[in-house]
Amino acid sequence: MLFRFAQTAIEAAQARLELRDASAGGFVSFEGWVRDHNEGKEVTRLEYEAFQELAVKEGDRIVSEALRRFPIKHALCIHRVGALQLSDMAVWVGVSAVHRGEAFDACRYIIDEVKHRVPIWKKEHYRGGDSGWVNCEHCAAAPHHSHEADGRGAGVHYSALDVDSRK
Amino acid sequence: MIPIYGLVLAGGSSTRMKRDKAALPYRGKNQLDRAFELAARHCTEVFVSVRASQVVDPARAAHPMLVDSVAGEGPIVGIRSAMAAFPQVAWLVIACDLPFLSDAALEYLVQQRDPGSVATAYLSVHDKLPEPLCALWEPAAAAALAEYQAAGGRCPRKFLMRHRVKLLEPLDHRALDNVNTPDEYAAALAALAANPVKLRIQYFALMREQAGRSEETIETAAATPADLYGELAARYGFTLGREQLKVAVNSEFSEWSRPLAAGDDVVFIPPVAGG
Repeated sequence: MLFRFAQTAIEAAQARLELRDASAGGFVSFEGWVRDHNEGKEVTRLEYEAFQELAVKEGDRIVSEALRRFPIKHALCIHRVGALQLSDMAVWVGVSAVHRGEAFDACRYIIDEVKHRVPIWKKEHYRGGDSGWVNCEHCAAAPHHSHEADGRGAGVHYSALDVDSRK
Repeated sequence: MIPIYGLVLAGGSSTRMKRDKAALPYRGKNQLDRAFELAARHCTEVFVSVRASQVVDPARAAHPMLVDSVAGEGPIVGIRSAMAAFPQVAWLVIACDLPFLSDAALEYLVQQRDPGSVATAYLSVHDKLPEPLCALWEPAAAAALAEYQAAGGRCPRKFLMRHRVKLLEPLDHRALDNVNTPDEYAAALAALAANPVKLRIQYFALMREQAGRSEETIETAAATPADLYGELAARYGFTLGREQLKVAVNSEFSEWSRPLAAGDDVVFIPPVAGG
């Protein structure tokens, strides 16, 4: 399994062992932590929620892509769900490779894609008791982005049909 | 761009059906109401086009009506009357007897709209000619239609064939099938019944909070995820527009126009925020 969820604290030291390889000369990891502020607001805690069935498939696809695109040995991503406190680890990505350059690149690729593609949602709780789903509350008021690539356009014709020839 | 108003044509005399077509039920809803609600999801305002003698009919009077003000017969009269009442808008004209018409079909029409044409219309899958009664008519058509009718023309399809129209291949071959006779009605009911509609919906994050539940099983007339979202957004007041979402069917990302089948598991995916 290349992508999985953790219901409790991510055990990074354990996860790292899964990527060991005698031919690997480097290991790169990324940890995402819960930060105490976001977009000018003071964050006190947060919750992650996931559509796990699809998230695991999409996460697996992302790590598989990294393994194909970059000459690396092993890669793994673990994401937390549930209630998190400040400084808790929200996500962990680890990559081992023969050389460090590919490991850095693959690690960056995985975290960037996970943020954009995997159905995971984050609810931030702010000082004062307010809360909000990140990326959902602002755009509800003012739609400004779409993540649906629209490839349509085929099957469009212009014409003033000739009545007589079509009878 | 100028606004789009909806016009549901319900002025026909239903001669071949031998009963009022507007009142024909599909899945517990008469097809006039169904067509009206469908149009309302894509237009600023929607009216039902009726003849003067029909204004007392309760099914029609349940909606805002536009009574024929132009002399003559047929759908051209309804279209021209609407244009006369609101000359500054484009009209999404739909016949009320299209039981398979979907949100996806109307959305595509609106999205592909060409205001520089007389109309944007689908090509019939049967004869490859323009379908005037599920089309977006531009204000520029008004004068030409008046001229056409004055010259004795009665057929909106022939009118479209003589003018510059943006023509679209339908995304769903059955979406524009109309139902004129008791046999066709029976066949349409059978087709709809053969397409079972019990679905499981799961809600996450903001959508879970707005729906007030994390899952439910529903019976629906929605043929596609796009239709289903329209229905559920109206029920729960979702704040996110469909263009901001993705959709998954049976735990895999899906097109919005995919036909839904019995037992499908549908999840609307609001903008994600992992990491």
